[in-house]
Amino acid sequence: MDVNVIFKIGAIGILVAALYLVLKNTGREELALMAALGGLVVVLMMVIQMIGELFDNVRTMFQLY
Amino acid sequence: MEIIQIVAISIIAVILAVVIRQYRPELALQISVVTGLLIFLVVIFKMASVLDALRTFTGRMNIDTVYISTIFRIVGIAYIAEFGAQVCKDAGENSIASKIELAGKVIILVLAVPILMALMELIMEIIP
Repeated sequence: MDVNVIFKIGAIGILVAALYLVLKNTGREELALMAALGGLVVVLMMVIQMIGELFDNVRTMFQLY
Repeated sequence: MEIIQIVAISIIAVILAVVIRQYRPELALQISVVTGLLIFLVVIFKMASVLDALRTFTGRMNIDTVYISTIFRIVGIAYIAEFGAQVCKDAGENSIASKIELAGKVIILVLAVPILMALMELIMEIIP
């Protein structure tokens, strides 16, 4: 079981939230939005790989083609 | 005792998700998706041995493999549809979740048609 992914996503989430607040309070709204979007994309990449792995497993196990 | 591991991981993930949800709701959703994936993967590897046992048993009993593989396919489709629907419900999109469930039901119905046809043929043979 790869529990590290959960911690990675949690760390990225907290980091992005802090970055968003700091950038927003310093008046750089567009950079704050970019930081939020970047965090979302990074996490989405990891999650999509895992979902693909799950679908492959289910497909081979239940002979779904 | 894998259930203890699963519950521990779920509790940690829930705490992380609740903390992050205040600031970034979309990342909290990703955490819940990943947790669901991990638990699903653990459980599905356990199920592999059961499926193998069923397959060898039907091989010994001379049952047509088409039927048993159709049943396995239906179970797989049901699990995947349930997973997708739960993710959509977590994100608050109940209408898309119910559409996924509808699609799963229709696909299962399509897969079940050959078994139904075989049953009908059998009935037609018995009743002259």
